[in-house]
This record gives sequence, structure tokens and C-alpha cells, in this order.
Amino acid sequence: MAVEVVRETTSLVNDFAIKLANVNGTGSSSANNLLMRAMFRMGVPVSGKNLFPSNIQGLPTWYEIRVNKTGFVARAREYDVMVAMNAQTYARDIREVRRDGYVLFDSSWPLDPTLVRSDVTYLGVPLAQMVNESFRGARERILLKNIAYAGALVAVLGIDMDVIADLLTERFAGKEKLRDANQRALQLGYGYAREHFECPLPCRVERMAAAADSMLIDGNTAAALGCLYAGATVAAWYPITPSTSLMDAFTKFCERYRRDPVTGRNNYLVIQAEDELASIGMVLGASWAGARAFTSTSGPGISLMNELLGLAYYAEIPAVVVDVQRAGPSTGMPTRTQQSDMLACAYASHGDTKHILLFPGNPTECFEMAVKAFDLAERFQTPVIMLSDLDIGMNDWVTPTLTWDDAYVPDRGRVLDAEDLDKITSFHRYDDEDADFVTPRTLPGVSPKGAYFTRGSGHTREGAYTETADEYQAVVDRLARKHHMAAERVPEPVVEFRDDARIGVVTVGGCDLAVREALLELSARGIVTDYMRVRGFPFGATVQQFLDDHELLFVIEQNRDAQLRSLLVLETTVAKDKLRSVLVYGGYPLSADDVIDSISAQLGS
Amino acid sequence: MPSIVKPSVTHPGLQQNRLGLTARDYEGAMSTLCAGCGHDSVTAALVHALWDLAIPPHMIAKMSGIGCSGKTPAYFARGAHGFNSAHGRMAPIATGANAANRDLVFVGISGDGDSLSIGLGHLGHLIRRNVRMLYVLENNGVYGLTKGQFSASADVGSTAKGGAANQLSPIDPIGFGLSAGATFLARGFSGDKQQLVPLLKAGLAHGGLAIVDVISPCVTFNDHEGSTKSYLFTRQHEVKLSETDFLAPEAAIEASIPDEGVVSIPMHDGASINFRAVPPGYDATDRQAVTTYLQDASARGEVVTGLLYIDETRADLHGAGNTSMQPLVHVPYEKLCPGAAELARIGAR
Repeated sequence: MAVEVVRETTSLVNDFAIKLANVNGTGSSSANNLLMRAMFRMGVPVSGKNLFPSNIQGLPTWYEIRVNKTGFVARAREYDVMVAMNAQTYARDIREVRRDGYVLFDSSWPLDPTLVRSDVTYLGVPLAQMVNESFRGARERILLKNIAYAGALVAVLGIDMDVIADLLTERFAGKEKLRDANQRALQLGYGYAREHFECPLPCRVERMAAAADSMLIDGNTAAALGCLYAGATVAAWYPITPSTSLMDAFTKFCERYRRDPVTGRNNYLVIQAEDELASIGMVLGASWAGARAFTSTSGPGISLMNELLGLAYYAEIPAVVVDVQRAGPSTGMPTRTQQSDMLACAYASHGDTKHILLFPGNPTECFEMAVKAFDLAERFQTPVIMLSDLDIGMNDWVTPTLTWDDAYVPDRGRVLDAEDLDKITSFHRYDDEDADFVTPRTLPGVSPKGAYFTRGSGHTREGAYTETADEYQAVVDRLARKHHMAAERVPEPVVEFRDDARIGVVTVGGCDLAVREALLELSARGIVTDYMRVRGFPFGATVQQFLDDHELLFVIEQNRDAQLRSLLVLETTVAKDKLRSVLVYGGYPLSADDVIDSISAQLGS
Repeated sequence: MPSIVKPSVTHPGLQQNRLGLTARDYEGAMSTLCAGCGHDSVTAALVHALWDLAIPPHMIAKMSGIGCSGKTPAYFARGAHGFNSAHGRMAPIATGANAANRDLVFVGISGDGDSLSIGLGHLGHLIRRNVRMLYVLENNGVYGLTKGQFSASADVGSTAKGGAANQLSPIDPIGFGLSAGATFLARGFSGDKQQLVPLLKAGLAHGGLAIVDVISPCVTFNDHEGSTKSYLFTRQHEVKLSETDFLAPEAAIEASIPDEGVVSIPMHDGASINFRAVPPGYDATDRQAVTTYLQDASARGEVVTGLLYIDETRADLHGAGNTSMQPLVHVPYEKLCPGAAELARIGAR
């Protein structure tokens, strides 16, 4: 049973949602991004979600902007304004506008009467006609039509024209002709709207100061910055949506910050590998030799990396992998989001293997956890996989401003240098464990005394080949203990308790905002819950305690098979029947309504 | 007891290299391969080459994949780090290690299964990147550890131990290398250490990827009549393209009077390679001519050995990447992190 969300309809100022329906490859997303960015500059909490197809040109694509003064900018399920720019999808798009909402469309051609709803207001702007009269080239007309509708939206939504003008100036710095063309196109739409419609509409933006300690950044760029700041010098990758922009950003930052001013040479090497078998192999090789190295990928890449993740686990080689998850299985839906690689990553590779996982919930955490990933990988000499997703990775989020502590010292883990080696009689790679069950390693090129033979075959504490049960078990048992010790080193879960709450809600990653919004609404309806967002695997004592403290828990995640729930059942002592699931896995970012509907229905209220 | 420590036997008469080390210092654990295995001869040649070039053992990185060849890095240079990785994956792992520390001397040992089947894609891209490394392909035409299946280098008509003849066209690493843009291609025979040692030395001195395809007979599964990778067949059909001398930089100056018919090729670090017995007109730097020569020889059923092709001009992985001359592992963290103030500037953009 769907429950209608009770919204504060008294004011739509800084509280509304727009959906823009476009044709892929026409340059619309940069116009849409411009609008969203302008609202952010006006200090208003906002989000922009690009719901694009796996296509270069021609297929329908959508962009959603949600403005919410309290900061709940997860995906909305109903829209106040529909910007219908794609005749192919008119019928469906117009259906999606809420009652009393607005449809902005290109009135150069008449609208099919069957598409006219009596309960919405139509804002017709003759975009194609105006742009064709003012600009010459075919490509220019297509691109600038987007800027023209943006101009109309600036007028009807009350966006500050000076802010937009500044953004255009920044975007087209050094390309004055382009900037001027964009300004003119913007004015076309703006002027027309001012003249023909009542501007601004009730749903509009007004300056506020909510976004003061925030920045607008996507998770992939933030993760790339994390890798840069962590001191990664070798990166290997194979192009794959939705992780490609991470390595693009890393390369761009390296070009800016890692070229030696004296020699002109690069203090980094980014290698585009032949496949993901190779990219993870390169990471292993570089980490084995002592560099901080990483790769970024998505689900299909994780499948290919399984083999060498097992080698890294067993031979105890640090490796950092960023998995920007998309909808699977197989090729799945490459441009849709999901959280469906959790189990595949937790136990990646054949044999008994377990990995350390980090779950960022927003771009700020992508930055912080990327740094953490290197520290943990080197401390525990093992792969660390950070599971982001397409929604966090590729969409711009208003997120707490990234900060850096210059006192940070990388945790390189237990590595013996020549001096250390001189002090000991002999070196054995898998012997002399510390309290974390980590044994010291050595790097090639340091001392013949540190030489050892790295292998994925059965080995003894000394690192020698073995097929003997007790020698083999001595090593794999220590690996299990070592993994267990990481539980208290991964980021703590975010936990929030409310008075009188009897139900616990557990979630992960980018579900955060939608779930928080839903819980507030549910509590208004008398369903009061505690909240936990897990941020790392293996699970520590806080996770176990939260599960123990509740008789009933909802686990909210974006996959079909309740993977987080499975992981909790497998890796804590929680009773399976205490955990109920809220599963949303159609590929679109989670919205609060999804959570409210499911929990209300399951509780029969 | 699958791992056997080799007793270190030394006697005062052993010759020392520039570092004061004897050949014994470049040995490793006792081989667990079959008695008479070609691979053990290759190991012995490597020990000799590494000792002769006086490479500090700890600066060597021994890389391998899986198979009989994959085990051999345990049998030489005990003072060096070794990485016996996964089947077919030596190339990317070595690429990453080389990216991190360009000062190491990489010695990769692979086999025909490892390089030409499961790892063929990686080999192609290792060649394209020209990763500086000696890549020894111990080629016996057969899968030994899984008991005698044909490999991708088995010739058409070559028979397995049970008598079945291979029907599939072989992949020749030299021809593959020529087409993918390799910069150093040589072929040797494990039974001819005289020729093999200089080839390995030249490969170690090369400024990029040096592939040395070594016919290395499998005494257990592929040394019978009907095999084209046996000791007998190779001895009967081998055509030595050239006798090769590798001259280290300092030696090159002394060898000022070359023999009649010697072709000398300078290497990037000042060393040089001298060929003798080169067929008239053979130019090891002319890719097209080399390709034609080798195809003709192959059609005649000849196994051509020697240094077949060399190009010292192409950039390696680091040249193409304009990487710092200081190995990336040694670049201090302070030079890598842009710091808090810069992050604030990025945030403000």
C-alpha cells in the first residue's frame, strides 16, 4: 500500500523538485548542472541526479534537481516542475508531474491535445524558434537551446541572474565568444519567461546560508583527491562506467600537483591496462615494490579481479580498489546505481578469503575513506575495497567541505628497512606477528637479508613452499585473526538513538539521506526508530551491540538479495528473523518514499 | 618435502665478480624439476649472466607466473626478492613493480602455457609498453605439471607422448613480438649455454622489454621421437643466426679491433653487442627484413637462434610516462601531498 507523504505545502520556497527530460548527447546535462550549481551558490541545499542511458547520442535521458531547505535532497519521487524537452517521452514525463505542478515545454510546435492535463500549468516557450532565429550552426542551435530553457527556468524559479552569469564566465574563461553566445541564449529564455509568465513561481529559490560549510563535488572526484592526498603514485585501470571519471580526475590532479617543477618529470604513473586482470595485477606489483597503488572499477571489473585479490590476500600484499557500483548482474545496467557488489567484494576469490570493505555515504567520505583505505591496506597488508556507487560517484552532491590535516603521516605498516634487517639474525616473511597478527614485510631493492619468495601457493611461516597441513594452517589461521582485528580499525558506524525507539534501522552508503528523511516522516506517524549506517567491514562491536539492542530491525539497501543483511547474519551473532529488509534495486537512487512505503506496509500501518 | 635448501658449497678458487661475489652467490634453492629438464640449464645460464654482470642480488626482482617455469626463480639469486604470482599474470605484476621502482633489474621467467595461452593478452601489452625487463620464455611445447597436454607453441604434426599429433597452428613468440612492436627478440636453446649466456646478458642490458625465447625440452613429456621441441630435434634443426658477444660498457672500449664480419650494435647504456656469423645482409634493426627472413626459415623447418631483432630507440614504460628518474617508491611523501591550503583552494573552485 502506497502512502502519500504529507508535505508541508504551505511554502514551496526552497522546497521543490524538478525533472528535466532531455535527449542524450545534446549537451543538456551541462545546462542542468549550471542550474543546480547556481542554486548551490545561493546557499540553498540542492542535489542534481543525472539519470542517463548507456548511450552516446539519441536515447532519452533525465536530470532531477531537488531543492530542500532542511537538507533532505535525496531523490524525490514526484515533481513540481517537468522540463519536457524530449518529444519521444512527452506522454510519460507529463504524467509524472504532481497535481498543480508545471510543465515547461518547447512551444515551437503545438502540443498534442491528448497530452494536455487540466490539473497542471503549461509554460510554453518557443525555444527552437528563438534559437534558430538567433544562431546559425546546427550544433550551436542544439547546444544553446538547452541554455535557453535554463534561462527560462532562471526566471520562473527566481534564480539570481548574476550568479548564473558568474558561472558562465568561469566555465568559458578564455573563450569569450562562447560565453557571449551562452549569455545571449540565456537571455532569450529569461526574457520570454519574464514577459509571458508570472515570475517567479510559488516553487522558487531564495538565498539562504545553509550551504556554508559545504561544497559541491561528485564522489569520484573526491575519491581521486583522497588517492592524491594519500600519496598514491601508481594507478592502473581499465575504462568502465561509472568509475572512469575517478581516474580521469586523478590524472588531472596529478598533472597539476605531481609534476616536479625542477625536472619536469612526473611523480606518478597512471597506466591504462588491457583489462581488469591486468589493472589489479599492476596494483599488486607496485604495492609489493613499496608504492601506494590503486585501481578504480565497477562490478564487472571486480569479477575479473577475483583471482588476484585472492593472491593479494594470501601473499599479504596491500591493494586499494575503489568499486563504483552499478546495476548487475553481468553487464546489467551500466548507468544505473545499485549496492550489489557487497558480498562479491567481502569474499572475493576462491578459497577462504575475506577482505576489508569501506562504505562511503557521500563524496566527503569518499575522500576520507580513500585515504583510510591506503592506511588500512598497508597496516593489514591486504586488499581494501571501497564500495562507492554510481549515485555518489557521478552525481554532484552538496557535501561537507573536504578538509586536510597537514600533520597526517601515512601508515605504511610493518616494513623493515636495511637498518631493521641488520639488527635481526634472519628474516622470515610470515613470522613474528604483532598484536594485530601482522608480520613484517620487506621491499625489493633494500637488502639481500630481506629477500623472500612471494607466492600464492601454500607457504610456511618462513615463506617456504608447503603442502603440510599444520604449516599451511598456521598461516591461514593467522590471516583469519588478522582480518578480525581490522573490525575496530575500519570507520565506526554512524549511530543515532531516539527516545522510545524500539525498532532499529540499518543501512549503508548513499542510502543515508533518503533513510534519514524517511525516518523523520515515520516518526511523525508514530513509528520511532534508531538508526545505524555501517561504514566498514569486518563489523565491530558497535554494530553487534546495535543489533543486540533491538528486537526488530529493518535493513535498507539497494540490491535484490539483501546482501548487507546476509553479511550481518554471517558475520555477527544476530538472529536472522530479527532482520527485515527494505530493498530498492531498480537502478535509480533511493528516495524517502520508497523507505516510508515499505516500512509502513511491513508494519501494517 | 617439496622445498629443498641447497647446501652452499664454496671453495677458495672460485672466481669473484666486481662485487666480490662468486657464482654461488647467485644460486638459489635446489631445483625440484625433473632431472635433465631444460629449465635447469636456463637457470644455470642466468646464474652465470647475473654474476658476470655483477648485478647486486638485492637489486634483482625475479618474477614468474605458474607452471614449471614459474618455479625456477626459486632456483637462482637467493639474495633477490621473488614473486611467483598467478598463471599468466606475471606481465601486469611486473609492470606494476617496474612502475614503482625503476631501479630494480627485472628478470621474468615464463613458459609457453603461461605466456602464449593464459597470458598472451598480457604479453602483447607488455610488449606495447616496452617495460624494461628480461623476459625468458622457457618454451617446451607442452604442459608439464598437468602431465603432457599440448601448449600453444606446439608445432603442427608434433606428437604427444601418447602419439597424438597436434593439429593447431602454433603461436611463435618471436613472430608475435615482431608484430606487436617488441624491441628485443632473441631465441636460444637450453642445451647451448655458450650462446645463451650472452643473449641473457644483452637482454639484461636492453633499455626495454627483452624477450628471450629458449627452446627448453621437457624430458618427461616432450623429448620423444615425433616431438619438435626435443633435444634431438632442436640440435638437428637449429640454425645459428649469429654467435653473440655481449660487451659491457667498460669492455666495449677494449674490444676496439673487431673480427672480420662482425656486426656491432651499441646499446643505450654504452654497452654493445657484437654478432659473428651473421648471414650477409642481415640487419637486426630492420623489422621487415627480419620478419621475412624468419618466415622463410620457418618454412624450411629451421629453428633460428641468436639475437634476431633489436631496437634501442623506443621509449620504455617510464620514457612514455615521463616518470621521475627517482623511483616512485623513493619520492618522499611531502612531494606527493598538495596539503591543506591547496585543498581549500580546490574546494573553493
